[in-house]
Amino acid sequence: MEKPLTEHIREDRRPLSLKEYEKVGGYEAVRKVMKGLSPKSIIDVVKESNLRGRGGAGFATGLKWSFVPQNNSKPKYLICNADEMEPGTFKDRILLESTPHQVIEGMILSAFAIQADQSFVFLRWAYKTAAKAIDEAIHEAYAAGYLGKNILGAGYDLDMHLHTGVGRYMCGEETALLNSLEGKRATPRAKPPFPQVSGLFGKPTIVNNVETLCNIPHIINKGSDWFRTLSLTPDTGTKIYGVSGKVKKPGAWELPLGVTLRELIEEHAGGMLDGLKFKGALPGGASTDFLVEEHLDVKMDYTSVAAAGSRLGTGTLIILDDKTCPVGFVQNLEYFFAQESCGFCTPCREGLPWVSKILSSIDEGVGREEDLKLLEFHTKYLGPGNTFCALAPGAMAPLQSAMKYFRKDFEQHIHEQKCPWN
Amino acid sequence: MLTIEEKNEIEKAISVMPVRKSACIEALKIVQHHRRWISDETLKEVAVYMEMSPEELDSVATFYNLLFRKPVGRHIILLCDSISCWIMGYDQIRNHLIEKLGIQYGGTTPDDRFTLLPNCCLGTCDTAPALMIDNDLYKNVTLEQLDEILNKYS
Amino acid sequence: MATLYIDDKPYEVKPGKNVLETCLALGFNLPYFCWHPSLGSIGACRQCAIKVFKNEEDKTGRIIMSCMEPVLDKQRISISDSEATAFRANVIESLMTNHPHDCAVCDEGGSCHLQDMTVMTGHAYRRYQYKKRTYQNQNLGPFINHEMNRCIQCYRCVRFYRDYAGGHDLEAFASKNHVYFGRHEDGTLENEFSGNLAEVCPTGVFTDKTLKTHYTRKWDLTMAPSVCHHCSLGCNIIAGERYGGLRAITSRYHGDVNGYFLCDRGRFGYEFTNAPDRVRQPLMGQQPADAEKIVQEVSQIITSSKVIGIGSPRASLESNFALKAFVGADNFYHGVSDDEHELALLVIKILKEGPARTPSMREVEKADAVFILGEDLTNTAPMMALAVRQSVRQEPIEQITQASIPAWHDAAAREFIQEKRGPLFIATVNTTKLDEIATETYRAAPDDLARLGYAIANLLDNSIPPVKNLSNDLQQLAQRMATALKRARRPVIISGMSSDCATVIKAAANVAWALHKNNTQAGIVLTLPECNSMGLAMMGGHRLHSAVNAVINGHADTVIIIENDLFRHNKNDQVEKFLERAKHVIVLDHTPHRTSQKASVLIPAGTFAESDGTLVNNEGRAQRFFQVHECPSPVQESWRWLLQIAREIKHEQMKDWKNFQDVSHAVSLAEPLLKGIDEIAPPPDFRIAGQKIPREPHRYSGRTAMLANIHVSEEKPPEDPDSPLSYTMEGFRGQAPSSMIPFFWSPGWNSVQSINKYQEEIGGSLRGGNPGLRLLEPNIHGVTKYFTDLPEIFIPMKDHIWMVSLHHIFGSEELSARGAAIAKRVPKSYVMINVQDAADLNITSGTVLEFEITRQVYRLPVEISTSIPKGVGGMPYGLPDLPFIDLPAWAILKNTSHG
Repeated sequence: MEKPLTEHIREDRRPLSLKEYEKVGGYEAVRKVMKGLSPKSIIDVVKESNLRGRGGAGFATGLKWSFVPQNNSKPKYLICNADEMEPGTFKDRILLESTPHQVIEGMILSAFAIQADQSFVFLRWAYKTAAKAIDEAIHEAYAAGYLGKNILGAGYDLDMHLHTGVGRYMCGEETALLNSLEGKRATPRAKPPFPQVSGLFGKPTIVNNVETLCNIPHIINKGSDWFRTLSLTPDTGTKIYGVSGKVKKPGAWELPLGVTLRELIEEHAGGMLDGLKFKGALPGGASTDFLVEEHLDVKMDYTSVAAAGSRLGTGTLIILDDKTCPVGFVQNLEYFFAQESCGFCTPCREGLPWVSKILSSIDEGVGREEDLKLLEFHTKYLGPGNTFCALAPGAMAPLQSAMKYFRKDFEQHIHEQKCPWN
Repeated sequence: MLTIEEKNEIEKAISVMPVRKSACIEALKIVQHHRRWISDETLKEVAVYMEMSPEELDSVATFYNLLFRKPVGRHIILLCDSISCWIMGYDQIRNHLIEKLGIQYGGTTPDDRFTLLPNCCLGTCDTAPALMIDNDLYKNVTLEQLDEILNKYS
Repeated sequence: MATLYIDDKPYEVKPGKNVLETCLALGFNLPYFCWHPSLGSIGACRQCAIKVFKNEEDKTGRIIMSCMEPVLDKQRISISDSEATAFRANVIESLMTNHPHDCAVCDEGGSCHLQDMTVMTGHAYRRYQYKKRTYQNQNLGPFINHEMNRCIQCYRCVRFYRDYAGGHDLEAFASKNHVYFGRHEDGTLENEFSGNLAEVCPTGVFTDKTLKTHYTRKWDLTMAPSVCHHCSLGCNIIAGERYGGLRAITSRYHGDVNGYFLCDRGRFGYEFTNAPDRVRQPLMGQQPADAEKIVQEVSQIITSSKVIGIGSPRASLESNFALKAFVGADNFYHGVSDDEHELALLVIKILKEGPARTPSMREVEKADAVFILGEDLTNTAPMMALAVRQSVRQEPIEQITQASIPAWHDAAAREFIQEKRGPLFIATVNTTKLDEIATETYRAAPDDLARLGYAIANLLDNSIPPVKNLSNDLQQLAQRMATALKRARRPVIISGMSSDCATVIKAAANVAWALHKNNTQAGIVLTLPECNSMGLAMMGGHRLHSAVNAVINGHADTVIIIENDLFRHNKNDQVEKFLERAKHVIVLDHTPHRTSQKASVLIPAGTFAESDGTLVNNEGRAQRFFQVHECPSPVQESWRWLLQIAREIKHEQMKDWKNFQDVSHAVSLAEPLLKGIDEIAPPPDFRIAGQKIPREPHRYSGRTAMLANIHVSEEKPPEDPDSPLSYTMEGFRGQAPSSMIPFFWSPGWNSVQSINKYQEEIGGSLRGGNPGLRLLEPNIHGVTKYFTDLPEIFIPMKDHIWMVSLHHIFGSEELSARGAAIAKRVPKSYVMINVQDAADLNITSGTVLEFEITRQVYRLPVEISTSIPKGVGGMPYGLPDLPFIDLPAWAILKNTSHG
């Protein structure tokens, strides 16, 4: 089983230096490209690889790149979205801390593909170790001629800067990230126009997730056919899956796309802690729908998880066990989303606090029958298309699925006027 | 007045941006790093330097939760309250901290030593519950370790 | 055209506009908050949701925000779809979770867009059971009241204030459901257009603080269409009255002039009409007299004296003309300083004889390059400055449409445009607020400004003589400006009279004309000092100086002055002498001043709110304003007093003039330049379905009770012999002709947003055409005669300062400065000098500088400027505590300590 993204990560996760990275084949892809590959050929191979964005939305990477106007206008921007902040998600941290040069190499290749001349790593503030690693790696890459003017003598220029954020979940949304990078409030932008056309400072911009970018050097080196063999399903490549919650061995592992939920929990995470039963899981972070026992054999790829009524999202599972209150679980999430609403559009700004307050009152034993109707109403009212961005619809995913699968638990709270788990 | 050091750092941040204003978040981070928090006075000084009005800058500053517009202690405890930590019993840690420090969320101990803040996901969910004090991340935090952890900060 | 299917019915509509404005223009009631015709779409409030269907077969459809969707041909949408309808009600429900429901004590109540939209969506029953969030309010200064708890976070306030009006001190703070709109701390909103927040805000967060001091609901106001009297632009206003006093001014939409907005001087300047010291009583030799006696006395004086009349740039055409007719054209003097009159005549000459057309403010908004020469627009013609602010977006907006982003898509447009701005060049003596958006600025003495203008003109057309001794830098600047102006498709040159400098205006004309040679779209805007400076100049009259001579030389012994404080228009010692020499000084005015204090007969005149009249704005557009309420007896309109006296003395020309229309018609007949002004509004006998147009909304309340403390029986409502407007709520319910809309209202639309229903297309012309008549059109067939009187380089003079006027939006205009709120914003007098001069004189900021101008000594605290040119100084124009000074002039410095 190949683990191209993580195979060289050390046990203690200390970052690979430039030399160490080069020794294991690092920057080969950049050398290959600078020897004479065209930007278009890179876009083509990435398109053929069928790589889909690993940040959560799963949009085809090559296709996204192809929307950037192919002209010589400057500047163009390539942004690495390293603002990992989806609750329950901790996969990019590993790549950032341990293989910073892999991130940078992916960025150089992607930037070349869209002929960007400026690039930023938008890094989450909390990732202090990663910040140090990336910062040092950028310096090393400049010193080695992988960044800066006339990269490897090929006449291509690229600058790279590290920007660390100052909080706010919204910054993970690519257009809000752009606003934040411009020194503005991180509210989302209208799409269209898409950032590929009018992005950072109104210029063509691509925003890619860390894990997505890390795949690029390997696709360039080994080709799209190889990449397509990595997975167990038509969705290609490997995925860094993670499991948190009350399992024996929480953690993250690079695995072929398409391993089952059961395999992840039972084999890789070591199964549930003793005395606990699996009740459900959010498959890809806080803004995905619950999967439950009947879904344990669902393949964890974009298509299959969607077919099961959820989203692969970030591929990092949050496990709900039978001794944890599902209402409290959802309340924690909805409170989070209410706090992280940017306050721009009405349904999200006003609806999420309402939802959170209803869930609190149910959890505190003062819920009313009509509260369930109000919750159901909000799951539709805050649904896709009704709000300006995907935050509120994402927030409704765990709620609507919890109400579907754990409705009895909600009702019990209301009937007993207390939380049965307390 | 902004110090020379602060100005130099801010200038560096401005130099990578096509528009001066767009380095304003960096500028706020820099002064916060030096002054712990951003007072109204500080905000105005930075605004002048960034060629923005205080309103324009404060509009940005008040949007982000890690730019502190109220005084904070010498050390900032950011306790993750997101879902994985919640599952793993973060509330005990919270209760212990509140009791031990004698402050609520948002509060600062009378000796100015700690400010306690809730924080969403720290991105280390496989080692929940987690908290950060200043730049230090603590994973798999147990009640027993807490006092020892706090003792590291004076 | 495109076919848009709305609920399965086809409509022929313009493609490219957004669906919301298209639906509104078609008359549909579709609720919205964050969208505004002038601000565009951002998609924040989600209120205008509708359904869109893929095709005829698609019955499910999906919810979209109509403001964010361009109209496409054969598009199928539904407004009435049950899911869309429910969604819109749910958005209101969301907004209401935190709204305080304090309509009963809210100033917005009854004219509240949020109320209207709430009713429109049908949301009524409250399901939210939890506590509301609350905010602290701020003191935002004398104009605007702040009540944040009412906020529905539509973001319109900051979008208007910051994005549209260029303000920097109002922002959105915090996030989630704690977003706060205000300043970073308590303090006066500094932007000159802050009053529009009261109309832009869809609810009662920002309200008119002056209205609060004498609060009246919109439905209880008696309103009339009026025209702002506080600068030369002629913005259209609605003035509202109750209990004999003006209560509020709101914008009266005009598609060519002021659009949706007003400046703060225009909105809050009305308070002078309610001033306690207003002239309300006829006085003879300082003794009260009744009206009849006054008429008789004045008639006697007139018949036995040699009378001259002095008009006013702030009085209507009708009042000025009534005086002119009364005293005879030979004895009519225009009442402004001779310099001012000369400049006004120059302005008319340029607009009439030159080839370049003067654009409306709406056209200035659409200009793709602007050159401002010598004018601090924000302070002299504020709304023109607002138009210029929009113009710098034109060039980038043309780029975004090329990138397939519709211009109304404000969110996307601003991200795309970022800091890009089209060409705007400003050459003025001192800094101006517009500098921040200018491509380049140039600071120089007026003569040097003119030289720059001439140099640009020469580069555009080499038949204009070159400017000699121009520095290299200046030559290059001129070249850059010429290139940008030449490249533009709709360039506009703006200048005006506040520079007090004919060569500056001439230079501007040369530039515009030179551009016009190759681009007939090139326009010229010239601003004038007062609301009817243009009209007065078009009417003619002799110089004020010769009036003084006439009295001093004994050719006249009696002077009638209407609505004019001569001390503001001439050297004060001369005015003193003049008024002392005259045997009889008869003053008609509503506002007391130094001239009225010298009157032997003081006759109380109606303010603009108590009069009908016509003004001609800087564009040469004649516009009618209507009486809002009857003059409180014994006050009468100036022209009506004159008509009365004329009847008394059986004045040959005037004896049969009875009402306003007679005067207006006489103006049109007698004054070639003013032909047609009597037809810009329907005549007094105009009726719709046999009915008059009511000044009061049909919900007007308390009519029978409001004066019950005086008399229990209801008084007969006054008649209006001068217009088809009635003083009551009775009359035609539908829309009045565009020239006489007393208030905007439509069923379900009580707020100012009902304007949508009055427009041919959203943001376009009023139905039936925008009112007013343009009187000055250029001479496109003649040979352009460029000006050639090129000034020499300005050379500073030792121990002297070349003193120019500096204008202030609050303070420089006589009437508005008398209002309580605006008075709080009037600066203290000062003298501004260059930093180098200050250093040479060894004086610091605040030091009192003593200097002499034409034998008059002034002592004023110094303001030091890094931008005003060396050797040039500035004094505030027209402040209440400063006398008239004939500027520009050399000021001789006293007691200078330097060697």
